[in-house]
Amino acid sequence: MATLLFVSVLVFVVVRILPGDPALVIMGTEGSGEAAARLREAMGLNRPLVVQYLDWMARALVGDLGRSIQYDVPVGGLILSRLSVTLPLTLMAAGFMALAAIPVGVFAATHQRRWGDYLSMTLSQIGVAVPGFWAGLLLILLFSVRLGWFHSGGFDGWAQGVGSALKSLLLPAVALGLFQFAVLARTTRSAILEVLREEYVTTARAKGVPERTVLFRHTLRNAMIPVLTVAGVQLGQLMAGSIILESVFYLPGLGRLALGAISARDLPVVQGVVLFVASVIVTINVAVDILYGFLDPRIRYE
Amino acid sequence: MSERALSRRMRPLRHVTFTLGLVITLCLLATAALSLVYTPQDPLEMSIGGRLQGPSGHHLLGTDQFGRDLLSRIMTGAVTSILVGVIAVGIGMGVGVFLGMLSGYFGGWLDEGFMRLMDAVQGFPAILSALLITAVFRPSITISMVAIGVAFLPVFARLTRAAFLELRDRDFVAAARALGAGDAALIARHILPNTLSPLIVQATISFPVAILAEAGLAYLGLGTQPPHPSWGLMLREAQAFLGLNPWFAIFPGGAIAVTVLGLNLLGDGLRDLLDPKMAG
Repeated sequence: MATLLFVSVLVFVVVRILPGDPALVIMGTEGSGEAAARLREAMGLNRPLVVQYLDWMARALVGDLGRSIQYDVPVGGLILSRLSVTLPLTLMAAGFMALAAIPVGVFAATHQRRWGDYLSMTLSQIGVAVPGFWAGLLLILLFSVRLGWFHSGGFDGWAQGVGSALKSLLLPAVALGLFQFAVLARTTRSAILEVLREEYVTTARAKGVPERTVLFRHTLRNAMIPVLTVAGVQLGQLMAGSIILESVFYLPGLGRLALGAISARDLPVVQGVVLFVASVIVTINVAVDILYGFLDPRIRYE
Repeated sequence: MSERALSRRMRPLRHVTFTLGLVITLCLLATAALSLVYTPQDPLEMSIGGRLQGPSGHHLLGTDQFGRDLLSRIMTGAVTSILVGVIAVGIGMGVGVFLGMLSGYFGGWLDEGFMRLMDAVQGFPAILSALLITAVFRPSITISMVAIGVAFLPVFARLTRAAFLELRDRDFVAAARALGAGDAALIARHILPNTLSPLIVQATISFPVAILAEAGLAYLGLGTQPPHPSWGLMLREAQAFLGLNPWFAIFPGGAIAVTVLGLNLLGDGLRDLLDPKMAG
């Protein structure tokens, strides 16, 4: 909650106060002093800042983020329409991340200090070193330029068929998920190693429970608690990261919307996107905290 | 120096991760230092005839869209990466340690206030601050330094606060206080030096994160601007010429990856060596 308050104040301060007079910004160089004064009055810019902030927040809470200067449509609608790209991209990347990272982490932990462990951990070291956008460029080089299997970017929209839409999101999702995959694989590995050291695991082994059961019933379930927590936080980071990957693959998502708005000096859009993405991240983090309490009954919130 | 002392001093070098990371990092520093006095070609010299060439004897890593020598540009790009990394981590560490110090030492409402502020900053990715700031100001290398540095604040503040909370009631602090040391002396001379090793580890871990973030922001056009040489910026330019000269996109990205890999290894190694409790 503190984050949301902070972000909203920051967004408000940066956009409303720093650039000087928004009325003059909107009118450009052609506005006369009198017209600017009228606009200022119409926009409510003559009221105290705190009132302006509260008014703006009240509107934002019901989804009214203002109008885009560039497209002259409500910012909220613009964000929703671009979300049809960013959200699937983020979720696909998250799916790829989790499906790949957990098996790799389990494998590394159960083969500790053997070649399989070293190999997976070397891979994850490389994964955290490679910037996602460069991974994206390399994937384009290999699969589009060399092999011609994929388009090098662009997005036809969902109306043209779900298959082709998913196909154009596949490479970006892999590139986006790579870094977080590597982080999650390491987290999974150390979480499992941690649980394997517990006494109840020793007990289970001692009473002759098969190693498979020890791993899947006793270890994995408990190790998943920290893994899910990290994965939840990563979901928010994936969303922030999609801003970069959308640029690599020319996908019309939130990130490109914001970047385009910056070149067009379309402040309400930039403001809206930043506030929206930050709110999503905060919401995810709160959800993870609550989920954490469900998964681990030892944790109680006062 | 006795043989035993020597072997104790050399012990870190037997840690493979640390040594590998150290070697890569030293190479990076050497490259950056060298580029200040010598590059194989002038990194700014254009040659229309020699555009977008692959690697050759004359241009070891090929040329960019203006025929500029990629090796020379990557070398000078190392300086930018290091500079942004050092300053961004410096901002995060300087301000973070200061806030954490006051929080941990004085506690009370000050602590409460600072920590709520850190909660707020936490989870606000550098890329969003950069978007917000560039919406108003022109994008620049300074903006990326500040945006990245602010994102580091909470981790340094929390680390410092935790260490101060643990240390402020220790006997040696009480002894120093009894001897008449004031708050400033207690903080600066007695407690702070004892918090250094986790802070050094954290700084080392943050450094490659900053370099990745700088490259990402420069790639988006939100950070470092031409004619400053930056690896992220080179990749932005290379994207338009993927089909014509793939090397143009491969080498700068490779430079980022190797640098970050080296620094990560160094950080992991340092953590194992300095702070056995944190080892995973």
